[in-house]
Amino acid sequence: MKVVYTDSLVIGGGLAGLRVAIACKERGLDSIVLSLIPAKRSHSAAAQGGMQASLANSFKGLGDNEDVHFEDTVKGSDWGCDQKVARMFVHTAPKAIRQLAAWGVPWSRVTGGDRQVVVNAEKVTVTESQESHGLITARDFGGTKKWRTCYTSDGTGHSMLYAMDNRAIQEGIDIQDRKEAIALIHEGDQCYGAIVRDLITGELIAYVAKATTVATGGYGRLYSITTNAIICEGTGQALVLETGKAPLGNMEAVQFHPTAIVTVGILVTEGCRGDGGVLRDVDGYRFMPDYEPDKKELASRDVVSRRMTEHMRKGKGVPSPYGDHLWLDITLLGRAHIEKNLREVKDICESFLGIDPAEEWIPVRPTQHYSMGGIRTNEKGMSPGLKGLFSAGEAACWDLHGFNRLGGNSVAETVVAGMIIGEYVADYIDETDLYIPSGLIKEFLRQEQQKMDTLLHRPTGESAFAIRKEMQEIMMENVGIFRKGPHLEEAVNKLTLLLARARKVGVKTKQLGGNPELTEALKLEKQIKLALCVTVGAAKRTESRGAHAREDFPQRDDVHWLKRTLTYWETPADDLPTLAYEDLDISSMELPPGFRGYGKKNISPHPDTAKREAQVAQAQAAHADRHELQQALMPIELPSRYQGKNERYLKGLN
Amino acid sequence: MQHSTGRILTFEILRFNPQNPQSKPKVVCYQLEETPGMSIFIALNEIREKQEPSLQFDFVCRAGICGSCAMVINGKPMLACRTQTKTFEHPKITLMPMPVFELIGDLSVNTGKAMREMAEKVETWVHDKRQDWVDITRLEEKMEPELADQIYELDRCIECGICLAACGTKRMREDFLGAVGFMKVARFLADPRDHREEDDFYDLLGNDKGVFGCMSLMGCEDFCPKELPHQQQIAYIRRKILFATG
Ligand SMILES: Cc1cc2nc3c(=O)[nH]c(=O)nc-3n(C[C@H](O)[C@H](O)[C@H](O)COP(=O)(O)OP(=O)(O)OC[C@H]3O[C@@H](n4cnc5c(N)ncnc54)[C@H](O)[C@@H]3O)c2cc1C
Ligand code: SF4
Ligand code: FES
Repeated sequence: MKVVYTDSLVIGGGLAGLRVAIACKERGLDSIVLSLIPAKRSHSAAAQGGMQASLANSFKGLGDNEDVHFEDTVKGSDWGCDQKVARMFVHTAPKAIRQLAAWGVPWSRVTGGDRQVVVNAEKVTVTESQESHGLITARDFGGTKKWRTCYTSDGTGHSMLYAMDNRAIQEGIDIQDRKEAIALIHEGDQCYGAIVRDLITGELIAYVAKATTVATGGYGRLYSITTNAIICEGTGQALVLETGKAPLGNMEAVQFHPTAIVTVGILVTEGCRGDGGVLRDVDGYRFMPDYEPDKKELASRDVVSRRMTEHMRKGKGVPSPYGDHLWLDITLLGRAHIEKNLREVKDICESFLGIDPAEEWIPVRPTQHYSMGGIRTNEKGMSPGLKGLFSAGEAACWDLHGFNRLGGNSVAETVVAGMIIGEYVADYIDETDLYIPSGLIKEFLRQEQQKMDTLLHRPTGESAFAIRKEMQEIMMENVGIFRKGPHLEEAVNKLTLLLARARKVGVKTKQLGGNPELTEALKLEKQIKLALCVTVGAAKRTESRGAHAREDFPQRDDVHWLKRTLTYWETPADDLPTLAYEDLDISSMELPPGFRGYGKKNISPHPDTAKREAQVAQAQAAHADRHELQQALMPIELPSRYQGKNERYLKGLN
Repeated sequence: MQHSTGRILTFEILRFNPQNPQSKPKVVCYQLEETPGMSIFIALNEIREKQEPSLQFDFVCRAGICGSCAMVINGKPMLACRTQTKTFEHPKITLMPMPVFELIGDLSVNTGKAMREMAEKVETWVHDKRQDWVDITRLEEKMEPELADQIYELDRCIECGICLAACGTKRMREDFLGAVGFMKVARFLADPRDHREEDDFYDLLGNDKGVFGCMSLMGCEDFCPKELPHQQQIAYIRRKILFATG
């Protein structure tokens, strides 16, 4: 029996996981990070667009601050997020950017003087002040009032992840790759670590820790067409689900990105539209202003994706052997801009489409992109179901994004959550004495070993690859951008049948180590369970909110649905998840539910909204200072090192 | 040369699983019908799903961003996800694992381990004693925009390992740091936030394991998928080291 002990076990070596491990290490705790692949290859590296933080350095960002970022985030979430978490986040994001600058991220900088930008398909001259020359600059992104998205040319996620991983190496953190967590060790209400499979040798190892943080990223690969890396399979969420005690939150909240290329689904960044690119239909017509006269191509992602789908349904798509698509036109930005700030886009167009985006339009369509749902945690990042279990980053439902995440808020979340939750993980470890139930560890190892042996010894059985493909297609067809009761019911039925088949798959290759077929078969059941969580959640939620758009229930129904879905899988042999709900409390919201401002207003308002609006108005009259007002309306807690006010150019600490 | 689809492609793939004591290295052929837009990523997955479930290879982003999938394709080290089958005139395509790295199985090699060792050697992080005392509530230190861009240009390496697999020196001496390491040195030397100077790198670079081992065959420059300026940077570091040592 191989057992490894540590203070802080972090499952996931993306931005979120690494940042949690660094926080623990800085507090003198022993930390191990596990990853399927070398940490620098984590999906975080793929973020090209940028990271939101209200630095307000560039001309188009002037006047930005935590309040504006907060409002954009809450509106973006369609009032589904946890507003306290959003406040903690916006307050810490500028610090995160500045710390990363000290750790080596070469953020793109403001150049003083005149520069040309494209806004609403017109060239406009912007004059940057000489005093801001050399500070960190920002670009425009969808759903934001100010230009707030900081970036490094065309490779933000790459630079961030490299700086973060290098920092972890500098700290001497033990990062172990080609290791897959397959089960959590738990008893009663306590989590003790994880059972982990070495993907090279195939052997099982128990990692026992005072605190376990799951930072395994999203579950995009439940869908057949997705921008996500092939390792974003949701196994992290699934192993939490399988404890039967810890819930997942809002699993039905799945975002589709407007612009992934046809056929392979590789993303071209929102920066294309942020920098002035436009969408065109089969006639070359720019259609978004007709639907969203105000924000146009830069409406929130869920909105643009739906508008594109609507427009294609009207017959305005461009037919292709792979289905209809639309065009993204960035030719108007000019070659120089594309080759510098959107080079990755150019690379992708050349390598995967064989076109030059400075000359030709890019074929795009909405594609699965981001998982708002995930492992439910409280504001400190801990699971409400198991002590010692934490989660951060895309894997979690902390819940910063509610039903729709803004572009640039995700890499920002990973780092900020890592900073804040990392401190709480360390606090928890400091206060905890670990009692090591060795019988329990043995039992969990035995269970997982038995699952492997059963698979290896089953003489015949279907291929896991084929079943997974069926699952992905069901999700794409029935649980996509627009949803409808009967389609969702059909998906539930089909997935339940698939689950039964998944429990009987076989493998041809009968060896433990170096066996990708076995690796695939071992996680198939987990993935189908997760797909059922998304689908059942979507079927039950009879309203439309953010990215969850029900054609049969187009109204946002605050009266019945201002709540978060919690999903449990009570016993392993169950065929369906169990759902519960958690109310969002209007009386403690800083920003009472309102209208996001897209399309026609269609909301059934909650009776408490008006009362809270009156309270907010009263508080606004009573407090002139914005910080005092904020504290009065919705006090938040942060680790002491992140409480300070953020300095801004020209504004000081105001 | 571009070809229409419908061809039958033959993949000759080196198979070997060191985890299995019975396994011996051998080349195995798999056939597949070419489809429009087919990449080596698509082809290998199809082979694994339909013909040979035990086939090992590595992909993560499948978009040329993460550096996971380098292998030797028809004799050249390349990113497999970015390589389209239609670019090969001949329908026979050979796939080999990259040399130089520890073999995990079939086409999968342990670049992660090699890169971590390289990072520890070069100490690929900003060396600044004040780093932990920076007050992050305050305005960040300014940096010239061109300088930030310049650092980013050198920061674009995705640690795919191709430059090492393509390097004549590296294949002869295992302890040669290689182009990826030199590029990291160049990146941190260019960054004023890192307070190391040329002579801090002398022990690492000023010998045959370092820049003086380079035979200027420039496989790195020819094959680096990010088109990083290896030749220029190696020459630059050489000059710097020579100056630093007088
Ligand atoms: C193409 C693309 C572009 C994007 N661009 C932007 C952008 O411009 N701005 C923005 O804000 N956001 C962007 N996002 C979203 C953002 O990149 C991700 O949400 C974020 O990087 C997730 O980081 P993470 O640390 O939570 O997880 P990841 O970076 O996905 O890391 C997950 C880690 O968990 C490990 N892991 C997974 N399962 C297991 C297991 N069972 N056992 C052990 N380890 C495991 C993996 O190996 C990996 O190390 C983009 C996303 C995509 C798909
Ligand atoms: S320098 Fe180029 S070839 Fe070498 S590891 Fe980096 S990206 Fe790959
Ligand atoms: S899979 Fe990421 S570079 Fe090829």
